[in-house]
Amino acid sequence: MSAERGSSPGQLEFRVAIRDAIAEELERDPSVVFFGEDVAAEQGGVFAVTPGLAERFGADRVFDTPISELALAGAAFGAAATGMRPVIEIMFGDFMALPMDSLVNQAAKLWYVSGEQGSAPLVVRSAVGAGGRFGAMHSQSPGTWFQGIPGIKVVAPSSPGDAKGLLKAAIRDDNPVLFLEHKRLYSIKGPEPEHEVLPIGEAAVVREGRDLTIVSISKGVRDALQAADTLAGDGLDVEVVDLRSLRPLDSATVLASVARTNRLLAVEEGPRTGGWATGLLGVVSERGLHDLDDAWIVATEETPIPYSPTLEDPFLPSAETIVESVRGRLGTGVETAA
Amino acid sequence: MSAPEARRVESPTAPERGEPAARDYLDAYARMVVIREFEQTIHRLFLKGEVHGTTHLSAGQEAIPVGVCMALAPDDYASGTYRGHGHALAKGTAPEALAAEMLGRATGVCGGRAGSMNVVDLEHGLVGCFGIVGGSIAAATGAALSGKREGRVSVAFFGDGATNQAYFHECLNFAKVLELPVIFVCENNFYGEFTPMLRVTGGGEIAARAGAYGIPFEVVDGNDLWAVRAAAAGAVERARSGAGPTMLECQTYRHFGHSKSDPARYRPSEELERWLERDPLTVARRRLLAEGVSEADVEAVETEAQGEMERAAEAALAAPYPDPHERPATEFKP
Repeated sequence: MSAERGSSPGQLEFRVAIRDAIAEELERDPSVVFFGEDVAAEQGGVFAVTPGLAERFGADRVFDTPISELALAGAAFGAAATGMRPVIEIMFGDFMALPMDSLVNQAAKLWYVSGEQGSAPLVVRSAVGAGGRFGAMHSQSPGTWFQGIPGIKVVAPSSPGDAKGLLKAAIRDDNPVLFLEHKRLYSIKGPEPEHEVLPIGEAAVVREGRDLTIVSISKGVRDALQAADTLAGDGLDVEVVDLRSLRPLDSATVLASVARTNRLLAVEEGPRTGGWATGLLGVVSERGLHDLDDAWIVATEETPIPYSPTLEDPFLPSAETIVESVRGRLGTGVETAA
Repeated sequence: MSAPEARRVESPTAPERGEPAARDYLDAYARMVVIREFEQTIHRLFLKGEVHGTTHLSAGQEAIPVGVCMALAPDDYASGTYRGHGHALAKGTAPEALAAEMLGRATGVCGGRAGSMNVVDLEHGLVGCFGIVGGSIAAATGAALSGKREGRVSVAFFGDGATNQAYFHECLNFAKVLELPVIFVCENNFYGEFTPMLRVTGGGEIAARAGAYGIPFEVVDGNDLWAVRAAAAGAVERARSGAGPTMLECQTYRHFGHSKSDPARYRPSEELERWLERDPLTVARRRLLAEGVSEADVEAVETEAQGEMERAAEAALAAPYPDPHERPATEFKP
């Protein structure tokens, strides 16, 4: 257990959960290193996630790098291929466009293309998501950019407990893992994880219900849970599934949920075209059509993310837009399953 | 402020390593002959339809990987390019395993999954060969993070074209800032695909670009095995002693075109003739004889190297293709 945990039990802050996960893995395994832009600075990165780690573990384990995302990811690949377990921070998910070659063409392909001689056990942490008035180039959720790349895992937690367990799993994983942290979650609090490590690739039913399955990931799960509370007042019993990772995609858990509720809503913070929600509806149509009475998507418009509050707020999915969409689609007081 | 000067690499008389014996150079020459035979064999097999897709042959550039690897320990790291057959063979990949990979056979070094451009041989410290220009630079820079802990050095082989990629500039700066034990070896063959290097290289200098990052650099005759080894030995010493990265620009020329589809008509014939006279194999052979190695000994290693490659090609041709049903491929390492 970390000696410098900033919260009492049950009050784990999301950013502290991430810090604790990195600290505990640095403590546990000497091959783990952590580097990125400003991560060793006193503040611990622009979102103050990692203060104190450089002082505690020294400059050989935790260090700052130039603003060179391609070199950062490429160096992580080379280090991972030769026995280290680098954790790097790409400051904003939008910047993931820069190291794309190294992540997609090097890290993701080593295991398969080498004939399984070795793999690249690296973790790329990144702050993603909109709602903070950061504009079009600091607000995207790049998980879908990578969802179609065999060989790389894409994880995005929705709670502090999950963040800690999944990040520890990511660092111990022998494959490259993108770990996407929604900016709007950094300050939320929640209980400590029940288990030290949470397996990657397992979705969670975070609320049980009989009438409708809402699937989301990251911040969208919290919006869905809030919407489910409101919809309960309409007499609608909503089940909420947290995917927790986009790749591997746990479609089995979604299919099992849809088999119970017969209705599916996927909520994605990103454009509908080419998004994970569209792909998920494809999987459910292909394999679970017989269980399906209805399926639809709440996503964003097909434009870049706007800046002004009066533009950004309605652009994004929220608890309110989910409730509105469900009511519009199903009608208030929908007849529930017997 | 003046730019850092090009520091002369120390002459290769390091107390521990010392100047290699004539026998070592004869062995290195044999390795160069194997690479030449390998490339010519692959060329023939491509025309017969046994090698698929495309290949990029390194004939004419053999002295560079062989000379650099003479200065390395077997467990040092290296990364190569899509013109990487020589990088792999110099680093220790068996000719048969590499030939089988070219032929898409199950006995290939990557089981037939990689092909010509993406060879990986971790057992011999080859982190990978990269089909995308500049990728090798980052891979070796990262391997140097491991190397720094382990006392190993790391070598990035790349071409002149790669020095216009972000990989080059980001990684040279990154490696210098962290003082990583990495040697950046540019194989300047004066053409990026079909385009003359000078037409696309601002300032016209490659090695000197390293100077902007405070990295010692040297321009080396890349067709002279002795010159390459000496420069590499100095760079390796510097890296191992904690003095950080070095850049070597090894000037050379490829005998074939860029890839299988390129007859290289853009190169003036007198230019090609001039470089063929300085064929690295001819240069090395002449030097060996001048150093007192007998003609018979040189011929013996040539015959042996040719025989080794012939046997490797025969074995590769006889090897089975991978069976897609034999063992299910896994996306992730379990």
